Amino acid sequence: MADATTAKTWQEVASPFCGIASDDLVIEVNGHQLTVLENGDAINTPAFEAPLGDSQPRIDGKEVTLEQAVSHIAEQLRTAKQPLIGGMATDLNGARSAMALADKSGATIDSQFSPAAFRNILVLQDTGYMTTTLTETRNRADVIVVVGSDIESSFPRFFERIVWPAESMFDVDLSQRQVIYLGKKPSGDHSTAPDGRKAQVLACDDADLPEVLSVLRALINGKQVQAETVGGIQVSELQQLTETLKAAKYSVFVWSGMQLNYDHAETSIQMLCEAIKELNKDTRSNGLPLGGKQGDTTVNAVASWQSGYPMRSSFQRGYPEYDPFIFDSRRILAEGEADVLVWVNAFNTQGTPPASSAKTFVLGRSGMQFEIEPEVFIPVGVPGIDHVGRTFRCDSVVSVPLKKLRDSGLPSVFDVLSAVEQAL
Amino acid sequence: MLLKLTGGRVYDPAHNQENVVRDIYIRDGRIVDKPADGRVDQEIDVRDKVIMSGAIDMHTHIGGGKVNIARTMLPEDHAEEVYARTELLRSGTGHAAPSTLTTGYRYAEMGYTAGFEPAVLPINARQAHMEMHDTPIIDKGGYVMLGSDDFLLRMMAANSDQEAINNYVAWTINHAQAVGLKVVNPGGISAFKFNQRKLDLDEKNDFYGVTPRDILHRLSTAVKEIGVPHPLHVHGCNLGVPGNMQTTLDTIQGAEGLPMHLTHIQFHSYGTEGDFKFSSGAAEIAEAINKHKNITVDVGQILFGQTVTASGDNMRQFAGAPHSHPNKWVCMDIECDAGCGVVPFKYKDQSYVNALQWMIGLETFLLVNDPWRIFLTTDHPNGAPFTSYPHLIKLLMDKSFRNDMLSTLHPEAQKATNLASIEREYTLYEIAIMTRAGAAKLVGLADRGHLGVGAAADITIYTDHEDREKMFAKPDYVFKDGEMVVRHGEVQKITWGTTHVVKPEYDVSIEKPLQQYFDKYHTMKLSNFKISNDEIVDDGRGSLTIQPLHKGGKL
Repeated sequence: MADATTAKTWQEVASPFCGIASDDLVIEVNGHQLTVLENGDAINTPAFEAPLGDSQPRIDGKEVTLEQAVSHIAEQLRTAKQPLIGGMATDLNGARSAMALADKSGATIDSQFSPAAFRNILVLQDTGYMTTTLTETRNRADVIVVVGSDIESSFPRFFERIVWPAESMFDVDLSQRQVIYLGKKPSGDHSTAPDGRKAQVLACDDADLPEVLSVLRALINGKQVQAETVGGIQVSELQQLTETLKAAKYSVFVWSGMQLNYDHAETSIQMLCEAIKELNKDTRSNGLPLGGKQGDTTVNAVASWQSGYPMRSSFQRGYPEYDPFIFDSRRILAEGEADVLVWVNAFNTQGTPPASSAKTFVLGRSGMQFEIEPEVFIPVGVPGIDHVGRTFRCDSVVSVPLKKLRDSGLPSVFDVLSAVEQAL
Repeated sequence: MLLKLTGGRVYDPAHNQENVVRDIYIRDGRIVDKPADGRVDQEIDVRDKVIMSGAIDMHTHIGGGKVNIARTMLPEDHAEEVYARTELLRSGTGHAAPSTLTTGYRYAEMGYTAGFEPAVLPINARQAHMEMHDTPIIDKGGYVMLGSDDFLLRMMAANSDQEAINNYVAWTINHAQAVGLKVVNPGGISAFKFNQRKLDLDEKNDFYGVTPRDILHRLSTAVKEIGVPHPLHVHGCNLGVPGNMQTTLDTIQGAEGLPMHLTHIQFHSYGTEGDFKFSSGAAEIAEAINKHKNITVDVGQILFGQTVTASGDNMRQFAGAPHSHPNKWVCMDIECDAGCGVVPFKYKDQSYVNALQWMIGLETFLLVNDPWRIFLTTDHPNGAPFTSYPHLIKLLMDKSFRNDMLSTLHPEAQKATNLASIEREYTLYEIAIMTRAGAAKLVGLADRGHLGVGAAADITIYTDHEDREKMFAKPDYVFKDGEMVVRHGEVQKITWGTTHVVKPEYDVSIEKPLQQYFDKYHTMKLSNFKISNDEIVDDGRGSLTIQPLHKGGKL
């Protein structure tokens, strides 16, 4: 617990703000103010250091007690016809309480991060994939192909932590590790090796990626390709990439679902994942989808074990139903199908709910500002700052404990939603 | 509050009681002596009913990454079987890979009061515990998996002494909050990462030069020396490969008398005889088990229908992926720690191979003499979902039913088995050994699996129905820690069970090389790897029960 007068320094702090969940941060706490002393980056430093905002819940803009806000939400949920729990930026126990509330209130549940997450989930549910994890990549990969993603803008420490460590466990010669971009060009030089070697870039527009990946898969399978260029890339260059992949002992394809931001990008990911399976007939190759910030991976994991389904499911009929199109919260809100929206965003003051006709109750990070004041606003604590918690990393394998760094007195999402569920 | 169960027919193999009519008294969650003054607060008349302690599933995949991949992957499985919310119960779904809440309810409704997750990856142990925490009513626990983790393989390649390996094993069991140690395809998951596609018992991992035999020897020695009651839990080499019975026989021989549990032995008992080059090795395997008293097994019976296979053995799962049904699958390499593979599968009674797998499982059950050393599992969900246990019990207890089923299967497979001529029918007492007393002894649960004074009051009460499937599907009453949680096969009350662990001692000096290893190679800090007791208690529903150790010491 932080004392208000003396600074305290925390070691080995995990960050829930980026999907690689770096857990080596050093953070100083002075009163309620946090300062990242070591291993901060463009994503996690501002997220940790954002000043503490308001702590008083509001109904229609007027300050109320937490109990009043909770009972107001419960009352509205009791009579709601089509409640929706959205946002879902929370930790393990926040997700548990949201699932319990959805079950009891007959709500639909979805995450604000689903558009990206479902680009991978749909592939899992249709054909599956072969994937690897961060530590495995760090120690084994000899060839890393970045597909359609500018990794460093979303995952600033990926290259430092995973691609260019000081040492690897096996016989992988890190000075020979190759990084190849297919699609988007890198925005900076994180992918450049410590010895100055630059990543190879086979650049194309997002719109051409489906075609480029189809050709790459055909070449991996030894098929003849008549065209000489595809999406502005020479087929001979893709042939060379194919040979590099076949000669590699352990290649890893990295992508970010968030950055493959075009309609039906899941079919591109599927094409790639099938090509990876085919490479494994002779050598080893894996996918490494990046994502999972702010509880994105966590809420899908919890929903799957509690209901069988990831996000985009509904309890309206009294049992879990799943439909990645019908239960898409963006669609539901845009078409005015929800009458009540419970919006959860414990991590990010900017993550306000989309405008909609639904009565809106927000559990938001303290300091959240609204263009349209919601009917209820309850400032909640940030997991990993204001209360302990756990969060999953992008690979959906590793989860890390989150520390309580200061004593703000803010309730957690779990506290609030459990109270609402009790009051129903 | 003192509860008396009056006049039931008690099957309590731990106390050599077979069909003994006696009263049972329960207070504060425990079985107690008859009160001196004879006063009871509540009495339930259970005359003519069969009483056993709560059943224990010693090998069931109920929590952790691969199970959850299976859940997410199979929405069509869930849509076939949905459970609506009631005033008491949360809603849920799932046949092959049910949701955690549904899992707890279904187990309890069948009279099970504990289930043990057999493949807890150290790096994924936190998730396994989260899922088990959300599994109501039953007790749980996990066997933590080593054997393809690079820390162990590096130690072995460097010829570390046994003491250091013992320390590492004990440290891992402590900080993953486990009750036992598992090994899956020893060294093979690592070998697959180096592009080896098979690894026989005496074949070397290309990078480390270590063999599965070495790994089994080191780990089974460690388990014995640090005093963990549950023997090393072994998923052997060559799972599913025709001819793997020889590997299994060599593994039994190679245990050199050390306690070893061979899991889902059915998948490891295949010969290569006959036109299909696939035959039953059950007779030879059973003979070896009968002879080697240090060996225990569970069967991993297959039953026909749709399920999903979820395993740490990514080498063998990758090989099996072309058989996936529906056609989708996942393989993962995990954190220089382990791996996993998830392959949906449909066992078909008109497939020669599947029919023979069914027969091999049953032959094994019937040919192993000692019910204290063989356990009833389907390796849920790999052979079949756990909800098929009552059907499996009927197959074991009812020869004419078994032979009727047999006569409908692939005709060539029928010719390849002697199953029809096996007379044995399991007795209720033997079922009680396999699913209660024996299982508790095997896992190392001092206060479960029996009905003696001091035991936890986990009790299941059945009507002695001639149709054993009906009998075991729907007990009259189930008590969990003294509370009536099920009546007439339906859940009456939600409790949350405890997590069973062991805490073997270790020398903290092991943290020095581990700290270096994590800092140099890992993407997680050692301090964040460790799972605290508070995490198990979690929101207050969870609890830890530390089971006693055996006497360890240098062999």
